[in-house]
Amino acid sequence: MSTLVAVLVDGIIYASWLFIIAAGLTIVYGVMRILNMAHGSLYALGAYVAASLAGAWLRAGYAPLGSYAVLVASALLVGLVVGPVIERGLLRFCYGRDEVVLVLVTYALFLILEDAMKLVWGVEAWFVSEPYGLLGNLDFGPLSYPLYSVVMVVAAVVVGLGLRWGIYGTRQGKLLVAVIHDREVSAALGINVNRIFMVTFMLGTTLAALGGALTAPTVSVVPGMGVETIVLAFAVVVIGGLGSMPGAAIGSIIVGLVRSGAVHWLPQVELFSIYLVMALVLAFRPRGLFVAAEARKI
Amino acid sequence: MTSPRRTVQGLAVTLLVVGVAAPFLPKWAGFLVTIAIAKALVALGLLLLMRTGLVSFGQGLYFAIGAYSAGVGAETLKITDAVPMVLLGALAAGLVAAVVGVLLARYRTIFFAMLSLAFSMILYGLLVKSSALGSTDGFNVAARTVFGLDPAGPIGRFGIYGLAALVAFLGAVGVDRYLRTHLGRLAPAIKDNELRVEYMGASVRNVVHLHLVIAAVLAGAGGALTALAVGHVDPETAYWTTSGEFVFVAILSGTSSVAAPFAGALILELLRSFAYEHAPNTWQLVMGSVMLAVILFLPEGLWSVFRRRRKATP
Repeated sequence: MSTLVAVLVDGIIYASWLFIIAAGLTIVYGVMRILNMAHGSLYALGAYVAASLAGAWLRAGYAPLGSYAVLVASALLVGLVVGPVIERGLLRFCYGRDEVVLVLVTYALFLILEDAMKLVWGVEAWFVSEPYGLLGNLDFGPLSYPLYSVVMVVAAVVVGLGLRWGIYGTRQGKLLVAVIHDREVSAALGINVNRIFMVTFMLGTTLAALGGALTAPTVSVVPGMGVETIVLAFAVVVIGGLGSMPGAAIGSIIVGLVRSGAVHWLPQVELFSIYLVMALVLAFRPRGLFVAAEARKI
Repeated sequence: MTSPRRTVQGLAVTLLVVGVAAPFLPKWAGFLVTIAIAKALVALGLLLLMRTGLVSFGQGLYFAIGAYSAGVGAETLKITDAVPMVLLGALAAGLVAAVVGVLLARYRTIFFAMLSLAFSMILYGLLVKSSALGSTDGFNVAARTVFGLDPAGPIGRFGIYGLAALVAFLGAVGVDRYLRTHLGRLAPAIKDNELRVEYMGASVRNVVHLHLVIAAVLAGAGGALTALAVGHVDPETAYWTTSGEFVFVAILSGTSSVAAPFAGALILELLRSFAYEHAPNTWQLVMGSVMLAVILFLPEGLWSVFRRRRKATP
């Protein structure tokens, strides 16, 4: 019984982390038709920036609770600076080309970012563990979880609801939906598609960086942390359906539960259980669970 | 496309040059060329797939299968010569492709790329967890003889090198020949418009499936050769970044000639050994920048530069 609870709780925590990252990946694909291979690197970049800034904040002796704000600010910083640089500086020259070509372009970007981060932050691990323990623990029956994990779940829910409201509840969001459905007609109707693309990529980058920034206190930030994350995020969005926001949510929950179930019950299959589920879903629903054959949704 | 005879002649001359050069090359250079040839074989398979309009981010699957079966086969089937080990690797990879191809052949564009990536990651997960195969450490692979010669002997020490060159020659000629057959000529047609190919009465799925198997056989041979040259296999061979490197070679070389992947892989290995020597942490940066430059400015690959110039001179 307690194993089951542990599987569920672990699964939900893991799913929250996945959702924040996968949401960014899926929205970029949904709007721009770019399957961003560099998404994992942006995640790692968020973690590095957060580790540096939050570390500096704590060393300077400011209020420790303020470090949470610093984590979120780091994600925003990455999103608002690096996002537009990549979109304006590189991706916009590739619009209209094949989806596969864009995968290759972002793969090249991934290679560049991986080394660029090594050049800036070195190859040693960075730690900023204070925010993790700061909130104390939460008892779950016989199990005890750091309250920080709950912060992650709350962050995922906030991101999910925020995106839903942003897309369906605001004027800008409705313009976005129009662009998703038909880029050319939207442009003909006077929607500034270029601006929407830039904002979308900024949003996607921010979400990746937020995933990284919130993870930074729980792990050691090392080179290569984005390499594994990107294939996990791919699995999530492919299971849910590329470009589908509810798909990303359901995909994260499936992957989260599968992984934590595997960790607790069958540790030998932990590494590939996720890809096995992905292959199975694709075998029966070639476009993922939440994508209907006709209309693209978000 | 150059005429079939000229292609074979060109490749044969290259084989001869590579063979004659063998005793004069320092040991590291011989090793570098062997590895480049092995990787080029995988990229040659990707060339065939790319001509069909498919990019696979999972060739590491067949590469690893080839490498591991060469090693395991030598152990369990008591194979001692390198030639049957390479054949075994190629065959095993082809069989795996025949099975997963049933599913993969239904997919196109990024879905094909992602699903092939998923399969290679499944193998990676399996290999990492299987202690019989050495988990993350892998195990050592060695052939006691190459073409029946002792690899420590005066001629035998070029054995793997020569074997790689021979396999490469056969692979390149084979793919070139194949691309000129009726079936092979369907590849660009499928890339252009699948529906029309179906209307003409050809089965797109079967052609794609066949090309998957051919690409896998080449990748398997490349994997087995790499295992023999390095003397070791590990699960990294199945990781998606390994597959990414093959895609890099294929993009760098372009799909215009079967010789291009060999040139591309050689450039990659040379670049890599110099970059490792002088700036180990900027290696991927260089690779990524080169790849971007090629995609943006030379969409047909490096080989196309050479081609264009040749066309210009009458």
